[in-house]
Amino acid sequence: MSTTQVDAAAIRRGVIEILQGIAPEVDGPGLIHDRSLRSQVDLDSYDWLHFLLELHERFDVEIPEADYGRLSTIDQLVEYLHARASH
Amino acid sequence: MIEFKLPSLGADMEWGELLEWQVKPGDRIKRGQIVAVVDTSKAAVELECWEEGTVYALVAQPNQRMEIGSVMALLLAEGEAPPATPPPIPPAKTAPAVTSPVTPPMPGPMAAAAANATRRKASPAARKRAAELGVDLDSMPPGTGAHGAISIEDVERSATATRRPPAIDRGEQMRRAIAAAMGRSKREIPHYYLSEPIPLKRAAQWLAAENAARPMAERLLMATLLLKAVAVALKRFPDFNGFYVDDRFKPATGIHVGVAISLRQGGLLAPAVHDVDTKTLDQLMRELGDLVQRARTGSLRSSELSDPSVTVTNLGDQGVESVHGVIHPPQVALIGFGRVAERVWPIDGAITVLPAVTASLSADHRVSDGHRGARLLMALSEALQHPEQL
Repeated sequence: MSTTQVDAAAIRRGVIEILQGIAPEVDGPGLIHDRSLRSQVDLDSYDWLHFLLELHERFDVEIPEADYGRLSTIDQLVEYLHARASH
Repeated sequence: MIEFKLPSLGADMEWGELLEWQVKPGDRIKRGQIVAVVDTSKAAVELECWEEGTVYALVAQPNQRMEIGSVMALLLAEGEAPPATPPPIPPAKTAPAVTSPVTPPMPGPMAAAAANATRRKASPAARKRAAELGVDLDSMPPGTGAHGAISIEDVERSATATRRPPAIDRGEQMRRAIAAAMGRSKREIPHYYLSEPIPLKRAAQWLAAENAARPMAERLLMATLLLKAVAVALKRFPDFNGFYVDDRFKPATGIHVGVAISLRQGGLLAPAVHDVDTKTLDQLMRELGDLVQRARTGSLRSSELSDPSVTVTNLGDQGVESVHGVIHPPQVALIGFGRVAERVWPIDGAITVLPAVTASLSADHRVSDGHRGARLLMALSEALQHPEQL
């Protein structure tokens, strides 16, 4: 088992934890990871910004606004953070 | 003697229940100081006092449900001596009782004062939850929050331990309050509706360039530009910013925009961002973020709920094209925004694709006409074509 796999799983848990902090009604196991998050969770633009900001703080990854558009699913977020987070 | 009365905290407020005093007799009060926490059907609210003076007597008792305008406390004005013979203290008008299974004992004034001495730190939301569950905060051990503050979770744990049923169904109460206010609006206000698509190419380009140069925490949202543009337009058309009271329009003294915020447990609040026209986008961004946060955690201040002079609702995040809202009485206008999306847009005989938003106006026909309303929407559109000036 390589460390990167472990890290990706930790990032995934972190993403869901932060999401639940913002939207406490979120049912973690019920989330579909390859489907748009905002179609599953009621997040307005403030919540979304807040969510990305917390991801940035937790994983120390800078997320330029130009990239927001390709970060709509949990899978995409995990992949993006995993590629950029310092190991 | 100054009478401190329970203010109206919005058209949908029918009663207020004192959760606790944050001052005691003899305390000097500064203008704008938070003096009490009051619960309404929608939220626990920190009540500010806009008079200066010294507390002479606390009339309202914790857990007492009051009508709007009830005298809650008596204050001595600056330099006023306490009366030789105590004035008869009017009992605060108790609102028609809504029966609640938990009737906490009503402490007398002395008990209230004594309780103040050992008061536990707790957020307004935790206090509210404690009142709902009939939990006595002061008898609880220090909480798990910062500096031993009691959190909602601490209250709920304590309530579960004592097995008391919740006193009121908050969702039900909020629904009833919204029903009463919106019913009144539709009965009394002859609404007219206008809408207009507004191109946002320049605003979007400006925003992208601005945000590219900013750290994440300082980035702006389009919603902030829309809010500021509304205030800029209202400055030119003040007949949409104010209140309809006693059969006439009373313009507001500042542009205090109520921002519709949906709550996760259902229902909504529309607390005000004050003097929007005078604030920078950065200030508005910070204040909006703070307001959304506080609306959802239940720690709003009375001035935010009592004085919005117009409302903005932004349903674009939910994906709808446009919204035609119901005016919040006694206000006379509501401006709505749908989603910002790319649209086909003809310019000079050619077809282009650019981001745009549909803005709508619901306005009170007793105060303004469609012609004025149309000009307001045009002013809004114009303001958004010069984002650098917002």
